Amino acid sequence: MSVTDVRSATGERLDELAAGPAPRAALVGYLPVGFPTVPGSARAVRTMVDAGVDVVELGIPYTDPVMDGPVIQAAANRALAQGTRVADTLRVAEQVAGAGAPVLVMTYWNIVLRYGVDAFARDLAAAGGAGLITPDLIPDEGAEWLAASDAHGLDRVFLVAPSSTPERLASTVAASRGFVYAASTMGVTGERTTVGDRAEQLVAATRAAGAARVCVGLGVSRPEQAAEVAGYADGVIVGSALVRALLEAPDEASGLTALEGVVRGLADGVRGAVRAPR
Amino acid sequence: MREVLAGGGPLARHEGPYFGDFGGRFVPEALIAALDELETYYRKALADPSFADELERLHRTYTGRPSPITEVPRFARHVGDGVRVFLKREDLNHTGSHKINNVLGQALLVRRMGKRRVIAETGAGQHGVATATAAALLDLECTIYMGEEDTRRQALNVARMELLGATVVPVTVGARTLKDAINEALRDWVANVETTHYLLGTVTGPHPFPEMVRDFHKVIGEEARAQVLEETGHLPEAVVACVGGGSNAMGIFNAFLDDPQVRLFGFEAGGEGISSGRHSARFSGGAPGVLHGARSYLLQDEDGQTLPSHSVSAGLDYPSVGPEHAWLHDTGRAQYRPVTDDEAMEAFRLLCRTEGIIPAIESAHALAGAIQLGREAQGWGQDGRPPVLLVNLSGRGDKDVATAAAWFGLLEPEPVVKADEGEQL
Repeated sequence: MSVTDVRSATGERLDELAAGPAPRAALVGYLPVGFPTVPGSARAVRTMVDAGVDVVELGIPYTDPVMDGPVIQAAANRALAQGTRVADTLRVAEQVAGAGAPVLVMTYWNIVLRYGVDAFARDLAAAGGAGLITPDLIPDEGAEWLAASDAHGLDRVFLVAPSSTPERLASTVAASRGFVYAASTMGVTGERTTVGDRAEQLVAATRAAGAARVCVGLGVSRPEQAAEVAGYADGVIVGSALVRALLEAPDEASGLTALEGVVRGLADGVRGAVRAPR
Repeated sequence: MREVLAGGGPLARHEGPYFGDFGGRFVPEALIAALDELETYYRKALADPSFADELERLHRTYTGRPSPITEVPRFARHVGDGVRVFLKREDLNHTGSHKINNVLGQALLVRRMGKRRVIAETGAGQHGVATATAAALLDLECTIYMGEEDTRRQALNVARMELLGATVVPVTVGARTLKDAINEALRDWVANVETTHYLLGTVTGPHPFPEMVRDFHKVIGEEARAQVLEETGHLPEAVVACVGGGSNAMGIFNAFLDDPQVRLFGFEAGGEGISSGRHSARFSGGAPGVLHGARSYLLQDEDGQTLPSHSVSAGLDYPSVGPEHAWLHDTGRAQYRPVTDDEAMEAFRLLCRTEGIIPAIESAHALAGAIQLGREAQGWGQDGRPPVLLVNLSGRGDKDVATAAAWFGLLEPEPVVKADEGEQL
């Protein structure tokens, strides 16, 4: 099977939004599984989708999340301390797969390696998952995953960074399916006051390298930032701001209310964006 | 076996990114450009005689190389009848350990790359002290990440780093040890990679670190090989080293990798014993996996989450190991065995009492390993000559005096034990 034979659930959603009566970028929302609890994280994902998230990014809590800032680390640590297992992610993916948004799983690579690359792909596909975002796996090291994702029809979202050379942009774009994740800044996840010009330049360079769809993550937390990024990217990825809403709430119910409010603001930002011509 | 391992070339000059199934670059894309840049500068430096000259001059005039080898006959009696033991004295280097070899090499590369800031992780503090020293010498800004638990265990080394002008950042997440310090250093590097070099302290991490750090440490084995030949007229029967990340072991093993008659032994921290689950023995209690940019043996649970490691020695308290060691393990070229905290501390005491040398607790694991090998080693002598064990004494124990004093009950007066009526003490 070649790459072009594999349908991309995430790509289709992004294309649908871009071609609709009011063309717009997608809002991609990240939440870790097992936080505040395993069933609570499934409820949080549904809340997030109902409030306007178009694509779900479900994080597997990991002991050594080197691309994550303090907010997501804190949530992941709590999830792990409560005994969250990798199998819980597959269960939550299955529970939320029908909620109305493609479900990508974000995972550090050792988790998949330990499970077995093909077995993980098989079980994720069976659970209705759309694919993987792999922050510490570059395509150069990903031969097993490229084969498994083709075999099981899954998206593979690799990252590009402001430091990526044109050659690396081209090879990463060629290996990706669904979209390419542009890290807006050199740094880890977390809220920032500005997203910066480098994100827009990186999106342009990634498109020039052949990418059909580029979503921007790292540092986006406020509606006006979401609107700005939605003006030039195919998707706006938000994590820490959503996790913070749950982290700072005294209980799950108020956490879900806070989450809904943050997502609505971001969704309005995405819908209100002035889109640059493609 | 050698041809299979190295594709026909000498094992000692094997190049990354892969060592058999191990190694690679499992890092965020944001770091790839910096790793490529580092590799380019490193290869250019290797081809430039002025780089080797400058490093050699620093080794000779600043570090104090060559470090001597010392025969330790009174200690050797505890290893076994007729076994000769030589120590490679990396403890006599400036800053007190082998770590300075690698740090000076990388610091010279940093200058060539035009970067102004270095960051590093440290467990026992030896690599942090060495990095802070090189930063002072070459006028670089320096930040050291250290697990909060380790800043407590190694308070003296924290003070040394600060005296040398470094900023020490205690890491308060996770187990607060070396693994967590590396995570924080990687986060800093991702954010500041354009101006900052991550001066990684051991033979792990993404390519080119395992190969490059090995090359900066191979001077240990090259010197020791010549020194043992001069002292004894033949190669040692075995080379023995402790293995945390594995830099001192790889440094001394390298010169002997292509001498199949020389047995290579790495001793890991067995902590409270493998069955206790409280140890840092990756080969005895781990499985292949990915951590901190490389595929190697790793302490992990069935989900792939990193398990906490334990050792009385902060420098060996690390859940993974350099990928070249994983390769040597799987191919059988080197053997890796665990040494418990108790065994290491007993060897520590023994070297102090028999030879007047206070070793680092890390190095005491190698000494305890030599004692473990004692009976086997007695059969290794050829042509009637006594077998020779070469042990890498990777560091000195100044930093460990408080830990050892507490271990041996020297800090508090012994509690007064009163006899019950009629009992004789």
